[in-house]
Amino acid sequence: MVDSKQSWKAWLYLSPALVLLLIFTAWPIVNTVRISLLENYKSLAELGGATFNFGFANFVNVVTFPDFLTALGNTVLLCVLTVPLSTIIALLIAVALNSIKPLQKVLQTIFFLPYVTNSIAIGMVFMTMFNIIGTNLGSENQIVTTFGLINNVIGFFGIEPINWINAGSSYWANIAVLVIYIVWDALPFKILVLLGGLQGINKQYYDAAKIDSTPKWRVFSRITVPLLSPMITYVVITAFIGGFKEYSSIVAIFGEDMGPAGAGGRLNTMVGLIYDSLSQNMDGWASAAALILFAIIFVVTMINMYVSKKNTHY
Amino acid sequence: MKVVLQNLTKIFPSRNKKVDEEVVAVNDFTFEIPDGKLIGLLGPSGCGKSTTLYMICGLQKPTSGQIFFGDDDVTELAPENRGVGLVFQNYALYPHMTVKQNIMFPLENLRGEDKLTKEEMISRAYEAAKLVQIDELMDRKPSELSGGQQQRVAIARALVKMPRVLLLDEPLSNLDARLRLQTREEIKRIQRETGITTIFVTHDQEEAMSISDLIVVMKLGVVQQIGKPQEVYDNPTNLFVAKFLGTPPINVFKGYVENGKLYLSKAEEKPAIEDDAAEIVTENANAIAPSMKPGLCVLDVPGIPDKEVYVGIRPEGFVPNPNGKFIASLSNIEVMGRDVSVVCKHDAALSPIVRAIVDSDSQIDADAQTVAFSLKPHKVFVFDAETEERLYFEVK
Repeated sequence: MVDSKQSWKAWLYLSPALVLLLIFTAWPIVNTVRISLLENYKSLAELGGATFNFGFANFVNVVTFPDFLTALGNTVLLCVLTVPLSTIIALLIAVALNSIKPLQKVLQTIFFLPYVTNSIAIGMVFMTMFNIIGTNLGSENQIVTTFGLINNVIGFFGIEPINWINAGSSYWANIAVLVIYIVWDALPFKILVLLGGLQGINKQYYDAAKIDSTPKWRVFSRITVPLLSPMITYVVITAFIGGFKEYSSIVAIFGEDMGPAGAGGRLNTMVGLIYDSLSQNMDGWASAAALILFAIIFVVTMINMYVSKKNTHY
Repeated sequence: MKVVLQNLTKIFPSRNKKVDEEVVAVNDFTFEIPDGKLIGLLGPSGCGKSTTLYMICGLQKPTSGQIFFGDDDVTELAPENRGVGLVFQNYALYPHMTVKQNIMFPLENLRGEDKLTKEEMISRAYEAAKLVQIDELMDRKPSELSGGQQQRVAIARALVKMPRVLLLDEPLSNLDARLRLQTREEIKRIQRETGITTIFVTHDQEEAMSISDLIVVMKLGVVQQIGKPQEVYDNPTNLFVAKFLGTPPINVFKGYVENGKLYLSKAEEKPAIEDDAAEIVTENANAIAPSMKPGLCVLDVPGIPDKEVYVGIRPEGFVPNPNGKFIASLSNIEVMGRDVSVVCKHDAALSPIVRAIVDSDSQIDADAQTVAFSLKPHKVFVFDAETEERLYFEVK
């Protein structure tokens, strides 16, 4: 323990970090709460000396705003689709990677590459892959030929080309592209964490299981998954938090309109809504929406923690 | 189920590809383990005993040689098809399962004809648990058990599927001294009750001697001696075995044999003419410390040719005798109740001290400078100084 006379020294050494934290973390949080509770708040007006009524009008306005439900729906839908999917795929890849000897390091590097690439750039690559630019439309607007890579690949298997992201595309085609992109983007981090967890499992459990003639799938479900459950919990919680903050993936593929041409805003998310409000100088709305998002993430995380505690046994 | 090991050899390739340094972990191990016996594989670390065990259970493939369970050649069989039970050194209990789930786990893997109903599994698990006396702990997690209890769970899990062979890898090394004594009796009892051929690995000679029906002493991958514990102790085939077995350890001296007589001394002090030496002995008996005198004959060893030797004398092989020919300078006496341990120094000894265990009735003057013993011939072993192999002599 630090002697009380000496404690000023401790505070001195902590002060640079503390000052930065107060300015850039603590104050913005407090200010967000404050602004969200001020009705018709305008930052420029406040600088001019205006005062605002205290109340919950911002929250009411955000919740009753028609786009709010669209954004919340999209956010929840993307979360519910991508979190389990990416976790399961990451788990399978991690287990597969862990069980091979040759090329393990090389494959590990390949699987980790998306993590160190810019997600906007990758989004543009996805946009190109799913595009139908250069398409020749036959009679009745049927797609006859296309330069989009994905359509060419599925065409090889005899599947009709699909309008994924361009004008006139369906909502579910858009969601499918987003899910593929988000899952692909989320894999490397999850694989890394799960692989680390796998390598920490004592090999003796597997030897013991082998001697007891345990089938492979049972080794996976009864030994690997339970022993990995702390890591899986971590991955799921961070994935949900990331999922509720989904925004950049949509911008990357569909642009700032948050939707294909002619259907802008259709794919908006909670964070998108916050940005929109900010860009329209509706700071009060943005703050209220941010707090609502915070509350949702908080509740979901609590539920996650509760469920995982019940399922983590040691 | 008898287990036959035939010319079993395991060579680990060199880790460094540039240097050709392969490690022969087990070298040409041939042995038939009789049905229903408890076998102790004994040796210092790195002697290949665990590798042998892992080859028997199939987790490691032998480089050459064969393994038979009964008449079945199991050399190429995967571990899951061998029907062995293995207790790991760290028990390897699944931490997320209760004791009951741990014990039932091997049963749940049974398929086809052997498939059991839930009730059968539970009753088998309780049977195994009763055998190792943990049936009251069935709903606990391994982390809530003591080391000894975890050990029992591990044994129960290995026994529950009624293995053809039970293998134990250093089963007692993680237990404290008191628990170790208790548990090794338990292992012996369980083995007797089940009658399963059991092989266990240990580096603790006392452990191996106390419970094994047969012990196999290994060194650097090579089997040194196989036999009943008492036989091996009483009749070691080489210096290594003699040194490895026994607490306190055997006392080893340098010496030489001439004309069927055993002398203790350093080789360079060996007098040119034996008769002269005898004269020196008689002339200067009172002048210099007796143990300093080279070439004092300690024992008749008829049948051994003249050569340099190592002499091993068990601590219990010394009998206090004022006229005895083994004379050493006395350091101190440790009274241990039933026995007395006489600690002394001898020039020819390879270790700094020589320890003799004698009856507490024998009167030894603790203040004396020297102490004299006569030797029990069957507790004295003579080994060739070069090969370290035993040289046998006739005990009269």
